[in-house]
Amino acid sequence: MNIYAVWAIYRFEMARALRTVFQSIISPVISTVLYFVVFGAAMGSRVTEIDGVAYGSFIVPGLIMLSLLTQSIANASFGIYFPRFVGTIFELLSAPISYFEMVLGYVGAAATKSIVLGLIILATASFIVPIHIAHPFWMLLFLVLTAATFSLFGFIIGVWADGFEKLQIIPLLIITPLTFLGGSFYSINVLPPFWQKISLFNPVVYLISGFRWSFYEVSDVSVGVSLAMTFVFLGICLVTVAWIFRTGYKIKN
Amino acid sequence: MKSAIEIHDLSKTYKTGFSALKNINLAIRKGEIFALLGPNGAGKTTLISIICGIVNKSTGTILVDGHDSVSDYKAARTLIGLVPQELTTDAFETPWATLSFSRGLFGLPPNPAHIEKILKQLSLWDKKDEKIMRLSGGMKRRVLIGKALAHEPRILFLDEPTAGVDVALRKDMWQIVRDLRSSGVTIILTTHYIDEAEEMADRIGVINKGEMILVEDKVTLLHKLGQKKLTIQLVKPLKAIPPKLKAHNLQIAQEGKALVFNYDTHAEQTGIATLMDDLKSAKLAFSDLATTQSSLEDIFVDLVKK
Repeated sequence: MNIYAVWAIYRFEMARALRTVFQSIISPVISTVLYFVVFGAAMGSRVTEIDGVAYGSFIVPGLIMLSLLTQSIANASFGIYFPRFVGTIFELLSAPISYFEMVLGYVGAAATKSIVLGLIILATASFIVPIHIAHPFWMLLFLVLTAATFSLFGFIIGVWADGFEKLQIIPLLIITPLTFLGGSFYSINVLPPFWQKISLFNPVVYLISGFRWSFYEVSDVSVGVSLAMTFVFLGICLVTVAWIFRTGYKIKN
Repeated sequence: MKSAIEIHDLSKTYKTGFSALKNINLAIRKGEIFALLGPNGAGKTTLISIICGIVNKSTGTILVDGHDSVSDYKAARTLIGLVPQELTTDAFETPWATLSFSRGLFGLPPNPAHIEKILKQLSLWDKKDEKIMRLSGGMKRRVLIGKALAHEPRILFLDEPTAGVDVALRKDMWQIVRDLRSSGVTIILTTHYIDEAEEMADRIGVINKGEMILVEDKVTLLHKLGQKKLTIQLVKPLKAIPPKLKAHNLQIAQEGKALVFNYDTHAEQTGIATLMDDLKSAKLAFSDLATTQSSLEDIFVDLVKK
């Protein structure tokens, strides 16, 4: 195991986040506060509560997930896309590192960043609404698993993309809609039965539901199913990454 | 002694069907400076990229100090430093950070003293905390050399190290390369400047259209180049070489209007003096004399045209 290489990549990526601290940390925090203002204060005064939880508190896990998903993808996809774009990837490819070590460095850094971000949002939210975490261990587990899975997914996008537009297109056209429709701001139980069924095809529903359960012990689907689905996505991403490296897809001729 | 690099039957065919390398066999000796010459698109960079692990080979084997470049890639790559042709740097990093990064990437623990030594050697010490994007092209080139040296490689690839570099910096580069060689590093450089190969290399390989068409010691090659040609323009055309001149290596040219004499400038006796005497005694009148020397460039162009 080339520990020094994993550490070098990890530090490089973390340094990039610190250089762009405004973009990486402050802007997601600001947008979260805006969501609170719009959904929590303005709408929350009318919705009052869902499943026995005050609306403002109810949306916190969803908001954290929203940022976690988009930021994991953004961090990891940019992290590997940029060296490909400017050509510095030659050094990664010529270094004595295995693909596993390379992924560990990039995905580890991207996941760390989004976990830190998730915790910052949680802290921010705790100033605005009362928050109760019933199962801290499960909360952290969902946080870490989701961050790792979507960082891997971001890594795949970063390898697949051959332009900045492609880099944005999946987060914009797929992830954001799925998150908004996945119960960030509502319980899917409030939907008509038909749309409830449709929603069950949305993978993000399972992530948010499990995560929310770890806070308030209320969920749209059972926790076991949520956890299993999270592992399924993680597995799919791992297999895809393994395939990318075995074939050299878009990385190596 | 084991070779630094051994290449057996290496071929590369891209998915498009383009055959970039055809059955390359080459051994690079430890401690030598090997210059790989060839026109644009000949396969120089592809060859280097395959050895370094940036491009996958189609067939063949490569041994780096005895380590297979695929099955034992970690051991092989640890020994190699690569300075790419393009100025690809992390624009927002500093030279200090990027060199330290490279060292870590190649699996070595931090060693600030070594990084400091390299930066000083490359005259980058006063720029160590400057963002790379603010450095000049020549400095960026040196940052790339520094990155390649950060992990103390035993084999260094320099892909067109002096392309687009001014004369003074070029001389500096040559000095850096010589210093590295004297510390025992094997160096493989690609270039299309013939004088660079002539100045630096111990051996020269010429690659064209994916084929290795010549590998030779520079001295041997220069010896071949030492051949000079003396052309004697005659006043009256000749049909055959007169008996008195048969002893000389002469050829009739220009339909008898000229005699051509090939000689070796490195030989102690070039034979020119006795030829002149014999011309006189054969009573051959001549109107002009001209000498020409073929350069490495001519040979190179000749080889590549075939």
